[in-house]
Amino acid sequence: MGVMSTVSSGQHTRPMCYLLLLMILQLGLHTAEGVWPLPQTLISSTERFHLSPQAFYFGYGRQSAAQQGCSVLDAAFMRYFALIFPDYTSGRWNLFSDKNEKDGTLPFSVDKQFTVEVSVDHNDCDGYPNESSSERYNLSVFSGRASLKAVTVWGALRGLETFSQLVYQDDFGSYFVNKTDIEDFPRFQFRGILLDTSRHYLPVQAILKTLDAMAYSKFNVFHWHIVDDPSFPYQSRTFPDLSSKGAFHPMTHIYTQSDVRRVISHARMRGIRVLPEFDSPGHTKSWGKGQPDLLTPCYKGGIPSGTFGPINPALPSTYHFMATLFKEVSVVFPDSYIHLGGDEVDFSCWKSNPYVRAFMQKMGFGSDFTKLEAFYMENIVNITSALNKTSIVWQDVFDYHERIPKDTVLHIWKGTPASYYAELSRMTKAGMRVVLAAPWYINHISYGQDWHNYYTVQPLNFSGTEEQKKLVIGGEVCMWGEYVDATNLTPRLWPRASAAAERLWSDEKQTSNVDMAFPRLQDFRCKLVRRGIQAEPLYVGHCKQEYQGI
Amino acid sequence: MLLLLKFAVLLLTLGLCQGNRQPNILVEDVEDVEPAFEPSRFGSLWPLPQKVKISQDSFKLGSSFRIVDGKGSSAGSSCNILQNAYRRYYEYIFGGAKRQGLGKNRRSAPSELTELRVYITSADSECDGYPSVKSDESYDLSVVQPFAVLRAPKVWGALHGLETFSQLVYEDEYGAKSINATAISDFPRFAHRGILLDTSRHFLPVKVILANLETMAMNKFNVFHWHIVDDPSFPYLSRTFPQLSQQGSYHPYTHVYTPADVKMVIEFARLRGIRVIPEFDTPGHTQSWGKGQPDLLTPCYSGATPSGTFGPVNPILNTTYDFMAQFFKEISSVFPDGYVHLGGDEVDFTCWKSNPDIQKFMDAQGFGKDYSKLESFYIQKLLNIVTTTKKGYIIWQEVFDNGVTLKPDTVVHVWIGSGTNEEMSKVTAAGYTTILSAPWYLDYISIGQDWRNYYKVEPLNFNGTEKQKALVIGGEACLWGEFVDATNLTPRLWPRASAVGERLWSSKDVTDLNDAFNRLSVHRCRMVERGIPAEPLFYSYCPREYKGL
Repeated sequence: MGVMSTVSSGQHTRPMCYLLLLMILQLGLHTAEGVWPLPQTLISSTERFHLSPQAFYFGYGRQSAAQQGCSVLDAAFMRYFALIFPDYTSGRWNLFSDKNEKDGTLPFSVDKQFTVEVSVDHNDCDGYPNESSSERYNLSVFSGRASLKAVTVWGALRGLETFSQLVYQDDFGSYFVNKTDIEDFPRFQFRGILLDTSRHYLPVQAILKTLDAMAYSKFNVFHWHIVDDPSFPYQSRTFPDLSSKGAFHPMTHIYTQSDVRRVISHARMRGIRVLPEFDSPGHTKSWGKGQPDLLTPCYKGGIPSGTFGPINPALPSTYHFMATLFKEVSVVFPDSYIHLGGDEVDFSCWKSNPYVRAFMQKMGFGSDFTKLEAFYMENIVNITSALNKTSIVWQDVFDYHERIPKDTVLHIWKGTPASYYAELSRMTKAGMRVVLAAPWYINHISYGQDWHNYYTVQPLNFSGTEEQKKLVIGGEVCMWGEYVDATNLTPRLWPRASAAAERLWSDEKQTSNVDMAFPRLQDFRCKLVRRGIQAEPLYVGHCKQEYQGI
Repeated sequence: MLLLLKFAVLLLTLGLCQGNRQPNILVEDVEDVEPAFEPSRFGSLWPLPQKVKISQDSFKLGSSFRIVDGKGSSAGSSCNILQNAYRRYYEYIFGGAKRQGLGKNRRSAPSELTELRVYITSADSECDGYPSVKSDESYDLSVVQPFAVLRAPKVWGALHGLETFSQLVYEDEYGAKSINATAISDFPRFAHRGILLDTSRHFLPVKVILANLETMAMNKFNVFHWHIVDDPSFPYLSRTFPQLSQQGSYHPYTHVYTPADVKMVIEFARLRGIRVIPEFDTPGHTQSWGKGQPDLLTPCYSGATPSGTFGPVNPILNTTYDFMAQFFKEISSVFPDGYVHLGGDEVDFTCWKSNPDIQKFMDAQGFGKDYSKLESFYIQKLLNIVTTTKKGYIIWQEVFDNGVTLKPDTVVHVWIGSGTNEEMSKVTAAGYTTILSAPWYLDYISIGQDWRNYYKVEPLNFNGTEKQKALVIGGEACLWGEFVDATNLTPRLWPRASAVGERLWSSKDVTDLNDAFNRLSVHRCRMVERGIPAEPLFYSYCPREYKGL
């Protein structure tokens, strides 16, 4: 083509600016701003200190109420050492350092000692985190030393997580931390994740892994929606038939008592509360298989149809059973909260049953079945109160029935922002404490960066007094199990749940911009992948170390 | 006569919530399983073969069971494809569930199946070849005592037959491997059944690609469309132009496909009867190419000066075509398949419009302001280049839509979601061979059982003559990479792509969604058992849940 040779070829050689830019960007991320969720106040300088795994120590401060032997912190030191020096555990670091030493390319002596000194005010090493546990901590990083101060060991755990996120590697594999000062505490005291082990059974390993990832995002409540219509995997000591007949499989698809203990212990070591939910009177189909006469027989044309509805509220045996079951649950699960469910009760079966209708007449409920539901829930709440547990219930209970004990916690799961704001106003006006889950139904997936939606939630943007707003104790990310099991749980949960984690931990003013959050969350997601959590990507891009599984 | 596979229900199938399962459940109870999930009379076969007859007579696969070459088969022990496949399927059949003392303590002496004999019936087994769009993939399988017989003209059909055989095996109530007397005659409805993976928007470790080739074979897919490069990164390590990945990949050592990697992928695919069709999309979608190949991309102008950004491949330079000629020469020797995918989609004309040199060229060529003519000019030259490498080519539909003159044997890939049926009519009316992807963009996700939508698609449901319909050679499920990498690819792809797999393999009248759900649920659990984290269809369980955490 003769014509073409007359056209001058491009005068502009392409600058390799993309790569350069990328490198600058990555360097930028290697400052203290890389912490997720963002601490309340954080001052960092560009002055950086070299860390060597051979000369790195955790220690207890002299004034610390907890000292060596503190189970929670001793174990955390082991965990965080491996998280801070990921190459060291895989044995690669040694190669690097040897080579560097010989070449004399290391700017610092590898042997310079660095100690993270941890001090706590209370020795709560053998306790469980609870609703009023302080998670506040102060972290200062100096030359050769970091000082981590907290009221409780739970706060110290949060500080260790933050410290681990401050450490970064340069291109030669050396570890550094910048001079940093952090004062940090959570905005909300209740920051939960709900997993549903009834619609699909999740192997214990999947739960433990989720607890690990929760700690990385500073979540502190594992809401275990352990049973529901499809299956009853909880192996009860008192009523073993519940799982032997109600689980998907009585041997392989159950949580034994030791499984449950393992989950609770794994959670405790990470400062996470385990909040069990035994949802009733609806969502109980699987209960009926191992507990005859518990569910309401539905009628069709004057005779039992053979199907069953919600728990039968008209029989005294029901309450006896529930009292016995909750007595067991209150012992097995140490947390002071028990979730009683109470959502989505379908009245049609109750309506069909002549005995239930007769009971309604006797109680003077007329034909208002919400009164029957309220009657049932009131009885259940009284059972748990007697066991010295705080009840938490789904919002339906409040919607139908305002006569519930004032210390009950309400859990909002329904609706658009407009409707959950209205609900927040109503509930807090009634003086009730509230946990918000509605904006974080993370099992609803869609194409694109939906983490924006989870990030930009404003939990306190409802009309109400300051006093009312204090009653919102936190929020919860819900991963319902219709379409989720061990094959896809982790990438579906992370890093989308991390967006909610920052909303619940950090100051809203400092963290309201998704564009500002994006690079930090991207960086955090790669940290999760590096730690073996298969967190899915936010958008086009890459991690230095990609996930190596399938 | 077709009969219920009674025992298969017990151990292979999963139960939905209502199906309260207990061990040692009596056979009579099977009929009581509540409606949501019922065992299919076709067991767990997926995709459903063209002709199936399953009897209720069942045989045990004893510990001495073997898969062997039939006497007189044209492929023998030197045929790698088959020998590897025998081992693979033997492990899948007996794999994780192998029990100690199997074969002992039998209550009676049930009839045993001792061998699966595999015969390749045509003179050329194609054992050492590569599959192609014309490959014969048919097979006949007969499970009778004392040995089952698999006959296929070529190894490609035999591979599918082995997969089918493995799907017929189930555990009886004592955990013994069993199979019912069966007669199957099978062949694919469409010759091109593909999966597109995108390794540019996110780099996929080779391991992930291999795992998905393995899963493709379980679903009788036969084309891996490797969308290997695009705007974000260029991971293909070219021997001729190593700077392309050196500069254009996410990382020049950890995020590239070396020649050895590519070879491994191609051979792994060949052993499973899968073609590897590489896509080197131009002139758009090429930002990453520009990093390692100066002057390849069009400099965009802002006013009278270059803005520093770049647009599509520069179509007015001789150097562009010299580069393309050398590059595609390499590609044609690296990738053995008869086709390359040349892309050609979504060309943005704004940069071309901004560039004064391009405007001059347009004037000189008499293109006026019609930039599709410039695109056509580029594509024409590119097609000529690729033709000299003796490869056929596939292009995205816009190249056809923009009126680019195409050779009659061009394959047009329809991907745009609106007006798909009209497009299929138009492309086939113009006499072009066609591949359909528009309804199968699996990167689009939503809550719920969206596999049903993929399943319900009828690819030939457009206005056209029989002759036109015969031009549709198949379809592809596309998993674009904006939001997908190794962390979530496999559960996002499977079993949703399996729905596409059956649509492309099975007879047109296989459309019963309930039966599909029943078979696919079990098929999904089988993939999980084979180590593939295929996600659930709905609430349920697998006898052996995914353990690869």
